[in-house]
Amino acid sequence: MRTARRLGIPTVAVYSDADRAALHVRAADQAVRLGPAPARQSYLNAAAIVDAALRTGAKAIHPGYGFLSESADFAQLCESEGLTFIGPPPSAIRDMGDKSASKRIMGAAGVPLVPGYHGADQDIELLKLEADKIGYPVLIKPTHGGGGKGMRIVQGPDDFVDSVLSAQREAAASFGIDTLLIEKYITQPRHIEVQVFGDKHGNAIHLYERDCSLQRRHQKIIEEAPAPNVTTEFRAHIGKAAVSAAKAVGYYSAGTVEFIVDTLSGEFYFMEMNTRLQVEHPVTEMIVGQDLVEWQIRVANGERLPLSQEQVPLNGHAFEARIYAENVPRGFLPATGTLHHYQPVPSSTTVRVETGVEQGDTVSMHYDPMIAKLVVWGESRNAALVKLKNSLSNFQIAGLPTNIAFLQELAGHSAFERGLVDTHFIERYKNDLLNSAAKASGEAHDAAARGAMLAAACICRKDHIISEESLRDKTLSVWYSRPPFRMHHSAKRLMEFEFDKELEGSSDELLKLLITYRSDGSYFIETEDGSSPGLDIKVDDKGEQDFRVDIGGVQTDVTLAFYSKDNSKHIHIWHGKHHHHYRQTIRTEELLDDSSQPNHVSEGRSHPKGSVLAPMAGLVVKVLLKDGAQVDDNQPVMVIEAMKMEHVVKAPRAGYIEGLKATAGQQVFDSSVLFTVKDKSTN
Amino acid sequence: AVTAAVYHSSAAVRSHGGGASSVLPDGLDRSSDAYARNADAVGGLLSDLRSRVLQVLGGGGAGAVKRNAGRGKLLPRERIDRLLDPGASFLELSQLAGSDVYEEALPSAGIITGIGPVHGRLCMFVANDPTTKGGTYYPITVKKHLRAQEIASECKLPCIYLVDSGGVNLPKQAEVFPDRDNFGRIFFNQAKMSADGIPQIAVVLGSCTAGGAYIPAMADESIIVKGNGTIFLAGPPLVKAATGEEISAEDLGGASVHCKVSGVSDHFAQDELHGLALGRNIVKNLHLAAKVTNVQNSVCDYQEPLYDVQELCSIAPSDMKQSFDIRSVIARIVDGSEFDEFKKLYGTTLVTGFARICGQPVGIIGNNGILFTESALKGSHFIELCAQRNIPLIFLQNITGFMVGSKSEASGIAKAGAKMVMAVSCAKVPKITVIVGGSFGAGNYGMCGRAYSPNFLFMWPTARISVMGGIQAAGVLAQIENNKKRQGVEWTKDEEEAFKAKVVEAYDKEGSPYYSTARLWDDGIIDPADSRRVLSLCLSASAKPVPEDTKYGVFRM
Repeated sequence: MRTARRLGIPTVAVYSDADRAALHVRAADQAVRLGPAPARQSYLNAAAIVDAALRTGAKAIHPGYGFLSESADFAQLCESEGLTFIGPPPSAIRDMGDKSASKRIMGAAGVPLVPGYHGADQDIELLKLEADKIGYPVLIKPTHGGGGKGMRIVQGPDDFVDSVLSAQREAAASFGIDTLLIEKYITQPRHIEVQVFGDKHGNAIHLYERDCSLQRRHQKIIEEAPAPNVTTEFRAHIGKAAVSAAKAVGYYSAGTVEFIVDTLSGEFYFMEMNTRLQVEHPVTEMIVGQDLVEWQIRVANGERLPLSQEQVPLNGHAFEARIYAENVPRGFLPATGTLHHYQPVPSSTTVRVETGVEQGDTVSMHYDPMIAKLVVWGESRNAALVKLKNSLSNFQIAGLPTNIAFLQELAGHSAFERGLVDTHFIERYKNDLLNSAAKASGEAHDAAARGAMLAAACICRKDHIISEESLRDKTLSVWYSRPPFRMHHSAKRLMEFEFDKELEGSSDELLKLLITYRSDGSYFIETEDGSSPGLDIKVDDKGEQDFRVDIGGVQTDVTLAFYSKDNSKHIHIWHGKHHHHYRQTIRTEELLDDSSQPNHVSEGRSHPKGSVLAPMAGLVVKVLLKDGAQVDDNQPVMVIEAMKMEHVVKAPRAGYIEGLKATAGQQVFDSSVLFTVKDKSTN
Repeated sequence: AVTAAVYHSSAAVRSHGGGASSVLPDGLDRSSDAYARNADAVGGLLSDLRSRVLQVLGGGGAGAVKRNAGRGKLLPRERIDRLLDPGASFLELSQLAGSDVYEEALPSAGIITGIGPVHGRLCMFVANDPTTKGGTYYPITVKKHLRAQEIASECKLPCIYLVDSGGVNLPKQAEVFPDRDNFGRIFFNQAKMSADGIPQIAVVLGSCTAGGAYIPAMADESIIVKGNGTIFLAGPPLVKAATGEEISAEDLGGASVHCKVSGVSDHFAQDELHGLALGRNIVKNLHLAAKVTNVQNSVCDYQEPLYDVQELCSIAPSDMKQSFDIRSVIARIVDGSEFDEFKKLYGTTLVTGFARICGQPVGIIGNNGILFTESALKGSHFIELCAQRNIPLIFLQNITGFMVGSKSEASGIAKAGAKMVMAVSCAKVPKITVIVGGSFGAGNYGMCGRAYSPNFLFMWPTARISVMGGIQAAGVLAQIENNKKRQGVEWTKDEEEAFKAKVVEAYDKEGSPYYSTARLWDDGIIDPADSRRVLSLCLSASAKPVPEDTKYGVFRM
């Protein structure tokens, strides 16, 4: 929309009920409602979208990055309704949408494919010969089905026959068909993709490659361009292959050709082509200095590509980090909640933040939990990495768990700094990445304590300002001058901070701080038990939540965010590279007599033994067992879908299921009790 | 710049920017011996004062404090801190009351009182100290409690009682129970204030036995804390003795009983902090009850004094004979050191004039020597002016008395003094007295001593108070004694000196600010450097919502 506005093109946004007041809706000149929140009834409803275009007199439709952007039918529908689809020709979408067809076309066009055997002849001796030809290790995969069933990695010829037999049995049992295919197994793959662009005049060029190897749950989280640790020859080679791929399907508009690169051999193989502009396209824009959305619009308009292959510049290095609402310690599960505080790092010519949310917005369970894309550019990879780390530490989000701290760990990892990336990176360095805080727990504790001290000083200052400002009777202002008056002693205040260790998810710690109001207006802060030396902190307020603190002459900017949730006041502080999160118990609300309303307070915390809680808010897709049924340890019981992903809920131990009430199609809330596993059936 | 637009007086047109003729000069000779001597002496007095305060801040001692904490209870000052607006001031009263009054120590008289804001409303706090003799009421405890109620009643401040007391101290019951200004007066005051629309709030954080049970029972609203709070007329031992019933304290008068069954308490608190938070909530919901200031005399924008308030310690005289210009004190208390003097050239031993303290207009009356007939007449005139204009009065006492002698008597000094006493007694404006030096004889009366019910009365550590000086009293008493003995044996010089020394010693002891403050003849001893701050708080607390008309008795002309 920004591009369109720059080009003087009016825009129309479409929205579902969940996004009524979302940023994209407000940014557009006009907006049209599509339907209720679920994507099937709104953003995937092609007819409604075309209707919206016709109703508002729109001439063209930009399909964005997800939803219908790779639907040939939708592109076709647009064309038949006389609307320009800002994207590739429907035929190309169709060709590339079919995995085996696309590979056939690519093979014919001379684009390298992963060596493998896809033949119908399943004679075991023949298969073994083919495997020898491909070279070990190889991957055995059933031609039908998926989900890892019947898949085998074979390291050498000795295990081959046994593996094939067992794979056949499993495939037959699961899918009814036991045909297998064999492919080269790449032990250390990198995911490198090439940005290609074509016009309606038969021209196609590439805009260099992106490395998207850093993935978790098969989703990219950090992308960069150009790919690190590759030679110029490799770059030219892979780029050329991508252009050939595009030309083979008569491609125009933006597309991405994905390759799998074997880091050991340096070979690359075609995987698939994405026939749309991808989420990570800004990293390419940064290094080539072009607006690809503008290119799309111009190409759709029948214009020629603005640059020839030789004219495409390659300037510096760019990173993109995807900031997700997710619970990293709980296996990167998507999280929902309210963005009580949202202050992205300020944008500049070298730092771009693309976001669809604002402070106060709710991240719902209906769509992708991505909050923002952070794109940075630097003269070199090192310079860009410094900027990435700095931008991440200044990216402020409070209200729901995010992967920011994890991204920081990732960006700071020595192997990543050296560009040694592959798709197993996160899995391989899991311990480093998730437990680095735990390893230096003493250090982490000190940092958290120091953060709490800063927060305490700023809270004292802020409370003071609030008291003063909310004073209706201004004649009482003398009671609020600093420091607070006490007869022959200094006023003190005790503040408690419970801290959360975000990456660890381990038990909370309570810190009691004693604040002494000094006569010069500063605060002397020490732990109540005197376990650490105190700090003398001066605070100047710079805004609603921004402060400048001075400790022994060293001044630092500090930002605080507050919100209340679950009987607690949540306090977030950002100072230097640190972000800390604390809780304080709220005591103002009427808590009832415990005898009249048992467990009113503790609800949500203590559940009977064996209770299984919803790992997140979501929709129940399948219930696999009946209430009262016997279960084995780790047996799947139900499937919940949230954030476009399915999660299997398993029994924590063997026993009998009790209290299972959820049915398919039902909404469940985060941490609600789904069922309990009891030793004996009570039914 | 300070705006003078709202200033009441037509007489006091202030000049700004241009020739600021009303700005007081520094008036201090920093090179003088007296400056250094006073600073030294006052420094010593202050460190003594602070160590005494530090002592009482510890309550009933480490053991009792630890036991208290073990029950999940805070100390009374900590309880008050949790009720106050965060970062707000607290004007504690009579911190050293009860010192050396009884054989046993009674830090702060076993009760903490003072004023501070809660949700932007000034409240009077009365908090029992359970670590001091179980929070029981000694005679001085009652006196301090009643004084707090008196201030609250006068200044229309909602009262918050943080109750944790065993009730009347039984061995001392004769001085605590029966008289007019004894224990029963607490509840009488609660009833009267409630009738006046001054909210009475009780938070029961500990025991509330026998008479003490009436504090929450008489309150407009009360809170009781589960586990610690109990309210009953007779505790379990007495119940067992009386009726044979065996029952626990919690079942007899705990939070559940009183919130669910008896209705003696209104709010059930899970723990102490919850109880205190509920207390804040109650104040939040007071709405318009009691005082709401509608006289807007103050300005929010004001200047600090031009001279360092710390230097007040070098002005305060280390001995009574040394004189000093009270204007150098005023210069360090009032906004911008601006003081518009009234009748500057007449009756010069009394300094009168208008100023502001933290934006609040005041009329100041300060002693600059012995009161003569003219000075007394000038004082009476000025008090009338302030009463007429609804300007609060501040008395800075440093007075050895009215002038004696034939000339003085013939000038009608008794008449003039009487006029001043009449004016002081009847003026219906807030009055605040600070005794900075001597406070002797009828000078104490004319300058609004304790008997004249100033809203607040504080002392500097340099203050002395008695009917006359010790040496003068010794002289008078020795003469009388000598007259009595005239028929008998003559006094030797030594005997006379010994007699005099005893009198001087007694006067010294009883004239000490500590003797005074222990007995609640004042509301506390303050650091001279805190004078401006304390006065500003007192003025704010005693500001009258509606000006009251002053009516005088018969002035003897």
